[in-house]
Amino acid sequence: MVFFFEDTRGGRPLVRWVRGGGAPSWADLIVFILLAAGAVLVFHGAGEMGAPLAQLRSTPVVLDPAMLPEYALRTTLRMFAALGASLLFTFAVATLAAKSRKAALVIVPALDILQSVPVLGFLTFTVTLFLGLFPGSQLGAECAAIFAIFTAQAWNMAFSFYQSLRTVPGDLDEVSRQFGFSAWRRFVRLELPFALPALVWNMMMSMSGAWFFVVASEAITVGNTTITLPGIGSWLALAIDREDFGAIGMAVGAMAVVILLYDQLVFRPIVAWADKFRFEQTASQQQPRSWLYDLVRRTRWLNRLGAAIATPLRRLCSFPLPRTPAMRPLRIAPAARRALDGLWLALVAIVVLAAFWTLARYIAQSLTWEDGATVFGLGLLTLLRVVLLIAIASLIWVPIGVWIGLRPAWAERLQPVAQFLAAFPANVMFPFAVIAILGLRLDPNIWLSPLMVLGTQWYILFNVIAGASAIPTDMKEASAMFGIRGWQWWRRVAIPAIFPYYVTGALTASGGSWNASIVAESVSWGDKHLEAAGLGSFIANATQAGDYPRVALGIAVMSIFVIAFNRMLWRPMYRYAERRLRLD
Amino acid sequence: MNTRTETLPLVEVRDVRHVYGKSSGAGLLVLDDVQLTLGDSEIVGLLGRSGSGKSTLLRSIAGLIRPTSGEVRFPHADTRVSMVFQTFALFPWLTVLQNVEVGLEAQGVAAEERRRRALKAIDLIGLDGFESAYPKELSGGMRQRVGLARALVVDPDILLMDEPFSALDVLTAETLRTDLLDLWSEGRMPIKSILIVTHNIEEAVLMCDRILVFSSNPGRVVAEISVTLPQPRNRQDPAFQALVDDIYARMTARTEVGHPREGLFPGTGIGMALPRVSTNTLAGLMEAVAAEPYSGSAPLSDLAGELQYEADELFPIAEVLQLLRFAELGGGDLRLLPAARRYVDAEVDARKQLFAQHLLRHVPLAGHIRRILDDRASHEAPASRFRDEIEDFMSEEYAEQTLKSVIQWGRYAEAFAYDEAADRFSLDDPS
Repeated sequence: MVFFFEDTRGGRPLVRWVRGGGAPSWADLIVFILLAAGAVLVFHGAGEMGAPLAQLRSTPVVLDPAMLPEYALRTTLRMFAALGASLLFTFAVATLAAKSRKAALVIVPALDILQSVPVLGFLTFTVTLFLGLFPGSQLGAECAAIFAIFTAQAWNMAFSFYQSLRTVPGDLDEVSRQFGFSAWRRFVRLELPFALPALVWNMMMSMSGAWFFVVASEAITVGNTTITLPGIGSWLALAIDREDFGAIGMAVGAMAVVILLYDQLVFRPIVAWADKFRFEQTASQQQPRSWLYDLVRRTRWLNRLGAAIATPLRRLCSFPLPRTPAMRPLRIAPAARRALDGLWLALVAIVVLAAFWTLARYIAQSLTWEDGATVFGLGLLTLLRVVLLIAIASLIWVPIGVWIGLRPAWAERLQPVAQFLAAFPANVMFPFAVIAILGLRLDPNIWLSPLMVLGTQWYILFNVIAGASAIPTDMKEASAMFGIRGWQWWRRVAIPAIFPYYVTGALTASGGSWNASIVAESVSWGDKHLEAAGLGSFIANATQAGDYPRVALGIAVMSIFVIAFNRMLWRPMYRYAERRLRLD
Repeated sequence: MNTRTETLPLVEVRDVRHVYGKSSGAGLLVLDDVQLTLGDSEIVGLLGRSGSGKSTLLRSIAGLIRPTSGEVRFPHADTRVSMVFQTFALFPWLTVLQNVEVGLEAQGVAAEERRRRALKAIDLIGLDGFESAYPKELSGGMRQRVGLARALVVDPDILLMDEPFSALDVLTAETLRTDLLDLWSEGRMPIKSILIVTHNIEEAVLMCDRILVFSSNPGRVVAEISVTLPQPRNRQDPAFQALVDDIYARMTARTEVGHPREGLFPGTGIGMALPRVSTNTLAGLMEAVAAEPYSGSAPLSDLAGELQYEADELFPIAEVLQLLRFAELGGGDLRLLPAARRYVDAEVDARKQLFAQHLLRHVPLAGHIRRILDDRASHEAPASRFRDEIEDFMSEEYAEQTLKSVIQWGRYAEAFAYDEAADRFSLDDPS
């Protein structure tokens, strides 16, 4: 069929089209299937969210393995909904803080405090609020659960975005101003790309941290209202209630699968893509890779579809917004500016004091000073636990982390494991502790304590690993040359080198432990209940009883403890590390 | 070329004055009473040391900074300026093509037109083949070519260049300079004039038709030099060398007349802002000048060439020597004083003693710290005390730099000790 090949001009558009790369490739097929499956799942799950509240009672959560995928889907959707909300919050609030000095005066300390305050305790209040917003619909309870997850995710993301906006490189800032970028173009071309790598990293951290709250937020009892949303968290709560080990095992398996899936299908591709936004002028040695990202880049139809969608979007980006007339900053006399700042700060202080006063009055209505003193005492007990456990965890994990960090082959293999363990909600391990304590007749006041660091100790481990692998080779060689070993090596080389990393890890771990105390100091297994005296169990009990003033008091005291602890211990250590122990 | 003298200039800078930092008096005056007129088809160089405000002037013309007083006028309506940055300032997440297009995009130029013009600019600047590369894949020279293409693509009337070659190695810089001059002389760039900031004297003489020499602290135009040597210019040409030496002399001239030691550094007494120069460098320079072939007096231009220093780096060292009365600067020469000869011949301990004498006597802040420590029974004083004192005269950054310099000199001279962790001065010898 000579004719067939010579027919280049004529008909047969199909042949030309196939040869010209117009045909879909196998990559298209795979990605299309993935996309379609994802869309179906999302629509199904989202549809269920709006079901009437009565449905929860007619079809309660059951420990049926066939239902587990459905529950896992619902939980995952909640987490991503919360992540989306966190992103919106981040863009709005962090941008405001970066652009307005006055807003920053309020937002930055607020974020700092929210980051370290026990958000788990707020659940009581938000559930009531959201149920009232959507009466009779599951949506209210869903919103409350999503909000609880949001409170675990948003703050560090907003903080990281704010930091990035504040550190946009000066020369790129000048280029954008010189070319007269509009505010929108500046955001998409300069600020967002620059902030992206740190933001993505923080999103992943947030997702990990959120698992802990999923378990606590899906099955909530506030006073006499009990709401059990279908999800892995509720499944777990039910399994604990029924003393069903098999079900717990299945929940753990389902979580592992979900974590693995969203890591492979969502975060890996994003990390691989975001690598090009890393602000460094030299090519990195190790580029993060993702099979899915490579696959998407190999698709033909999808790329075209993407381009077709992107074109109008790009038009939108370059929509000739009335260019802001060259910003002429108002020249205010420094004295006047200081006065204005003072005025603003005074206003903020008044609002804060008023809020504090309202809270105090609310608590004082039903509680006395004695209650305050008791709660403070309980706070000291929990403080003691946190300090001791962080110290013990450090003694265990610092040497191990250094050992691993100095062996790159091991570090590469173990780092993801440590990150997975950090993402894993420690609450699923609690029942085993209860059984052990009951079986061996141990004192719960002591033996419940380790549960607090069960989930948070990994932050210490993987920060130390990162620190130890960053020790420069010349430093290692120099210490080998001069025969520095043993205690001297730890004192002169290892500890100073990992210290900044350790402080970061320990700070995160201690913050997490405070939060965990609410769950860890009061644990159940079926009808058996164990309790350790402390601020955490106080808040847990008050929540169970629906005693709002006590919950408020407990949270207020815990917030004060956490903030004081951060300011008096971690901050100074951090500053010291910044000043003296930087390796550049 | 001067047939069109009637035509309006491209830029007129009148009485520009700029103060950084606290706008109430205590701020740092970086530009004072600067006049500048940029005409058609000329390359004008702004030559001065760091801190002479030349970059500030460039940014005022670019519209990035509004000077405290004075005005920047563009007599022609719709004059476009564009800028090339010392650090290239490329967006690392955009490809070469996207980086070049970014300015057009901001102007709202349609996609096809944008691409066509960007490709033309890339072609002109010798970057074809690199369109889809990311900046991190390119060498420094290639990156600066992208910066140049990006500046040219928007059809500017004036090209502003802020030390465009100083982040490049010598060979790359030379190639890029030559390419730029070729494009300019062949008229292949759309621009009417170039204003280039540099601290490299040879670069200025090589490229410019006119050089404005800036003094520092505050930045003022101290000389305007027309360079009439024909292009391409040759560094070995005696006329070229004479011009370079002449500019060296002019840049050090201020210290010759009348008060040789006044106004070396901004501020007086303990409020003098000192540059960070290591005692090793000071010793090294004294030894180099004391040795053959200079035997005690060396032209700065020769020293800079031999020691591989830029003029900008050499001046502060020479001036610290002058402040310490180890040397005198004048007529572009650095002449050692007898003390310096004694210093060069002495052993380590004697050197330190000599240095301590000169430090305490001639650097007011060092003497001040030592007096306070002597007066106190404990022989200790917190560094914050002195920091606060000198911050009355200068910005926080300068204060920090000044204090660090004095600490380093004082430690070397063993005039006083400083404990960083406690941030305290003392008279203790570390045991």
